[in-house]
Amino acid sequence: MELLDGNLELKEIQNLQGHTDRVWSIAWNPATAAADVPAVFASCSGDKTVRIWEASPSTRSWDCKAVLEETHTRTVRSCAWSPSGKLLATASFDATTAIWENVGGDFECVSTLEGHENEVKSVSWNASGSLLATCGRDRTVWIWEVMPGNEFECIEVLQGHTQDVKMVQWHPTMDILFSCSYDNTVKVWWSEDAEGDWSCVQTLGESSNGHSSTIWSLAFNAKGDKLVTSSDDLTLKIWEADIVRMQSGDGYAPWNHLCTLSGYHDRTIFSVHWSREGIIASGAADDAIRLFVESKDGLMNGPSYQLLLKKEKAHDMDVNSVQWFPGEKRLLASGSDDGAIKIWELETLPG
Amino acid sequence: MTLGLINANPVVHAKKERVARSEDPHGDDAVDPLEIYDYVRDIRDPEHPYSLEQLSVLSEESITVDEKLGRILITFTPTIQHCSMATVIGLCLRVKLMACFPPHFKVDIKVAPGSHADEESVNKQLNDKERVAAALENPNLRQLVDECLYSNEL
Repeated sequence: MELLDGNLELKEIQNLQGHTDRVWSIAWNPATAAADVPAVFASCSGDKTVRIWEASPSTRSWDCKAVLEETHTRTVRSCAWSPSGKLLATASFDATTAIWENVGGDFECVSTLEGHENEVKSVSWNASGSLLATCGRDRTVWIWEVMPGNEFECIEVLQGHTQDVKMVQWHPTMDILFSCSYDNTVKVWWSEDAEGDWSCVQTLGESSNGHSSTIWSLAFNAKGDKLVTSSDDLTLKIWEADIVRMQSGDGYAPWNHLCTLSGYHDRTIFSVHWSREGIIASGAADDAIRLFVESKDGLMNGPSYQLLLKKEKAHDMDVNSVQWFPGEKRLLASGSDDGAIKIWELETLPG
Repeated sequence: MTLGLINANPVVHAKKERVARSEDPHGDDAVDPLEIYDYVRDIRDPEHPYSLEQLSVLSEESITVDEKLGRILITFTPTIQHCSMATVIGLCLRVKLMACFPPHFKVDIKVAPGSHADEESVNKQLNDKERVAAALENPNLRQLVDECLYSNEL
């Protein structure tokens, strides 16, 4: 892979101010990944607002296009665009999840999902946009069906985690749901048939070579056959599954631990994200951003990963979110406790 | 609020004599553990009208600073093994330090080893940033913390 040959640098393109409290999460609008469309992303914060940022095609710099306020009454912890890019879901400590629609440039809250007993921590859309998942401190994972007219119906309340659930993420191609928790496990939820009930089909815990402390974040590679998890135990873990077998309808294919990246982080890793090209970015409580790639000579026990670069003092405080731009350009957005959002470009240095 | 105090008969110690510290012209960058201790020693216990120092929940030895890494570790000793106020005390310490120290200092707060029956579980909660943030958004809890921090000024 040419990534390992050159001298790469994460160059800061822009430092976006605006939020008046920590930035918890960032989400790129997938419909704006195309080259001729201005790139858009959403950010959410402890200041109870969500901001929408759009790149001006001429200047290649982002401006805040909208501030979604006066809806959530507490921290907005997570945001996620529907696959079509038409809807934005925002999850809040106020125990609700709001659904926003872009109506001629203005964002309107078209629905409010209630039900969680306390703080909602994450929200995720499935690949087709037909399902939404949320999770929270009440230890549950909820699945909602998207109905016509921006109606949402709760179809499952999944119990199983014994503690606060930090994040939910749908598999990129199949309707399999993953959740990670303060209980140190990742749970995999699946429904064998269209009508059936959802249940926990696998738990990735310490006995499966899993994490020994809170798992904050998880992300899939583009193909969906690998998964990376980040934890308070200072490691990243890579997992794999025989997705092809599962896609062929041969039943559930379990996830197995592939490798553990330890010794690279000395404080909690809050966020991890996998780019289309296979670069893993991590954002941690030591204010740094790190990039990892699969190394070429890991043939002994299967693939292994190596540190590509470390950007120290990427922010003045903890990095809470790192998100790769879904399009062609090698752009990374990061959000921090310092209230700033930074846009970075991965560049090859000359010479 | 619970009807009965968790620990009805705490041991109260006399306040340690304060050493007057002179203004150190080079002191801006250096972070002195004793300086940190001065900020936290008078925080009032959530249950009793005494400071954390008077109840020996904190002492000068409670604070360690790694200046190179920019880390502060505070270890406190709840008055009894099953103290349910341990998380509140931890929150008070965190809020006080957030207000006093530059944000790039990382603060870890733990109960002294062996001092609490649920040591691991308390430590985990005290250092989960998201849980701390959510707790501080709870008006009742916030009010209790503010009372512990500012009661001396009333």
